[in-house]
Amino acid sequence: MAEFLRMHGYAGYVWSAYAVFVVVLLADALAPLLARRQTLAALRGRLRREAARGARTGNPS
Amino acid sequence: MNRLVLWFHRLGSPPYFYRFAGRWLPWLYALALLTGAIGFYGGLVIAPADYQQGDSFRILYVHVPCAWMSLFAYAFMAGNGFVALVWRIKLAELLAMASAPIGAAFTFVTLVTGSIWGKPTWGTWWTWDARLTSELVLLFLYFGVIGLHQAIEDLRQAARAAAFLALVGVVNLPIIHYSVVWWNTLHQAQTVNLLGESKIDARMLWPLLVLAFATHVYFFASVLARTRAALLALESGKAWVRALVAPATEPAHG
Repeated sequence: MAEFLRMHGYAGYVWSAYAVFVVVLLADALAPLLARRQTLAALRGRLRREAARGARTGNPS
Repeated sequence: MNRLVLWFHRLGSPPYFYRFAGRWLPWLYALALLTGAIGFYGGLVIAPADYQQGDSFRILYVHVPCAWMSLFAYAFMAGNGFVALVWRIKLAELLAMASAPIGAAFTFVTLVTGSIWGKPTWGTWWTWDARLTSELVLLFLYFGVIGLHQAIEDLRQAARAAAFLALVGVVNLPIIHYSVVWWNTLHQAQTVNLLGESKIDARMLWPLLVLAFATHVYFFASVLARTRAALLALESGKAWVRALVAPATEPAHG
């Protein structure tokens, strides 16, 4: 196992390359998740405000 | 009408696409993760060390699939950009713009891992070799498409302008592909051949092919996820999006 992790002296190169791959793709995977959540939250807020305004004027939008 | 054509038309409708993508996403992510793990295991554990490069050759399993994806994502972006420009299909605009950041991510990983691989094998982090330079130009093309898309206020106009730039940049794809044939410098020539025989041991080849499959599946998952998010933002005033969030807002006044 230790020999595997050492990669016969190439550990720094091999593992950093794999780390870059994993980190960048993880960030790429999270971006649309966060964007969608943000859009939905903004939309919910907008609808709630519209509903509140409708209730005040007695005129549901 | 043909059933496939009919389905394709339905897919162009935003609410249908949103539901369709939502249903497929978890399966695509799971498949990409599973095949990616198998490929990594094959590449890091099962494949024998290279007789010249030792274990440093294992960088191949992240570098090469990402390099293939950097070209594939660009072709996918340009193809959808073409459809967006000619037929003005909203979904094609979104698909094209969704592939830009993913392609940029793959290009970035290709350049960085290539640089990390270059140090122990060539003795340098970077050289202005034709393959390296054209791949760097590809990254700048992706940045140009993303930048242009974000610089224009109107989302649909922005997508069409960026799609046009993407189409112009297609000229770089054959340059990248043939760069190792046209110019003879540090970067090695092609070893894996789709049509002919590959110049690589089978135990080294299969993890690479599995990872190529995994990155393709991941690409489509990410494109669907990004398109889904963009669709929601673009159509936020439409009835189907309002219906989507309505259940959560109803108790407030109900």
